[in-house]
Amino acid sequence: MTGADAERQTLAPPERRVAEVKAVRRLGAYDVITARDPVGPRNPRPGQFYMLAAGDRWGGGASERPFLPRAFSYATARPHPDGGAMLEFVLEDVGPGTHRLGELEAGDALMLLGPLGLGFGPAAPGTVPLLVGGGIGVAPLLCLSEELEGAARVILGFRSAAHARGAELFDGDVTVVTDDGSVGARGLVTGPLREQLDSDSAATVYACGPPAMLEAVRALCAERDVACQLALEAGMACGYGACFGCVVATAAGLQRVCVDGPVFAGSALERVR
Amino acid sequence: MTGLALELCGVSLAGPVLNASGTFDAIAARRAFGAALVERFPFDAFVTKTVTLAPRQGNPPPRLWETAAGMLNSIGLPNKGLDGFLAHDLPQLADLRVPLVVSVMGFDHVELAALVEGIGARPEVAMIELNVSCPNVETGTIVGADPGETAAALDHVRPLTDKPLVVKLTPNAIEPAAVAAAAQDAGADGISLINTLKGMALHPRTGEPWLGGKTGGMSGPAVRAVALEQVARVAERVELPVIGMGGICSGCDAADFLAAGATAVAVGTESFRDPASGRRISEELAALAAGGRLKPLAARDTSL
Repeated sequence: MTGADAERQTLAPPERRVAEVKAVRRLGAYDVITARDPVGPRNPRPGQFYMLAAGDRWGGGASERPFLPRAFSYATARPHPDGGAMLEFVLEDVGPGTHRLGELEAGDALMLLGPLGLGFGPAAPGTVPLLVGGGIGVAPLLCLSEELEGAARVILGFRSAAHARGAELFDGDVTVVTDDGSVGARGLVTGPLREQLDSDSAATVYACGPPAMLEAVRALCAERDVACQLALEAGMACGYGACFGCVVATAAGLQRVCVDGPVFAGSALERVR
Repeated sequence: MTGLALELCGVSLAGPVLNASGTFDAIAARRAFGAALVERFPFDAFVTKTVTLAPRQGNPPPRLWETAAGMLNSIGLPNKGLDGFLAHDLPQLADLRVPLVVSVMGFDHVELAALVEGIGARPEVAMIELNVSCPNVETGTIVGADPGETAAALDHVRPLTDKPLVVKLTPNAIEPAAVAAAAQDAGADGISLINTLKGMALHPRTGEPWLGGKTGGMSGPAVRAVALEQVARVAERVELPVIGMGGICSGCDAADFLAAGATAVAVGTESFRDPASGRRISEELAALAAGGRLKPLAARDTSL
């Protein structure tokens, strides 16, 4: 591991463990799961992720799906006084895995491996952090904004008013846009991002969201010569480099999102698809 | 230490649980988990991802599809090539505390010879696994689907190394046991099976193949019954030790493969769900053995 990587990574225990679900609350279109990780590290790095699976009814049922665990960036992590950490994950019911996870209740077992991957790195010297999130991609920006203690500007984009409730997770001043104009201005995050960069281009952009949003952010930052760090999502079976399933095209060839990312410098990516 | 130590093709192993090639990257795992991964290594021997002569990028994404109780992959053997493997990967793998098995695939006999010679010359390597699930570039036949092609490949490389040569069979053959017998006659030291079953998934909206490589390999508990039958048939047919794999998720599953005639087993897809699966399965198997609950080797029955 290079020194720069070490700074972006907290090592994971080398086995899956059982966390206890403490609460699952509904937040508009999302479910927010709070779980007690009994033995994992207390200080994962923003941008790192965990592989999650329900302790029961995972690999069973009528369709025998879900079978593989699912990758989620953690949204918040708080050291627990008795060891381990309280972790929060934000998810949206989009398939059998997220559906099953959304059914969990307090007291249920949550199987968990992590933290995994390389998280966000420090901002370029002399720049202000600018956080840009889309939809479920706001999750890793939440812990990053907490770490930056309000020093960051935050721009969030959502599909609808129900999704825009995700902005309630953030303290302080947040710019929200929606696809349908139901909350904030109607439009894409690149609108307010462009305005921000027009007024002050000494920024490091941290972004997570759907591929089209990340590509728009990457292209805009490249055009303005602004440093950006993009947290990518990819379907993956394992999360720790074993399956080679989650590759993305980079300047260095196809790389694994799970161990070479999920956070990549925008300049290292050719095009986000 | 499981109390199930054995000799496999002349190599001493502390237990009978290996990983299936291409399902565990010990170097990447060490990046994620640090030294703890090496100290509590999940397997009794480490089998590398397949090495080819030239470097390969692998297939374009998407590369994965979840199925009922399993998955399809279309990874396409990304690797650094022989020179890159010897220079970068092998020194790191030599730090592992278990014997090293290197999987190789050549697209013709010249390539295969270069791989077996280059890797066979390295003292860090305990065993070589020949991945024969590749097409003969001239005939288009999958080498491992044909007893004659498999024997010809072995004839070519057998004289090149004293290291044990294990042939990894493909289940996509009319008669895997005939391929195993041909490999035995041509000087193989062991047989491993099964590789993935050929499969396909369509994009839910467009109906186009979902996987970047169009088709993929099916693995996981969904294929276990198929694997068990093939292992039993092969073990019936050859004297060589057999490494059985295919959807093994528990000590009970592993015990079934041993009862079917396998000398050792390998864990593949289950490691994706938990990197420590191999260790758990070893412990479960050891508990079964200690309790006298391993099934006896199935009676040899040629009508199988």
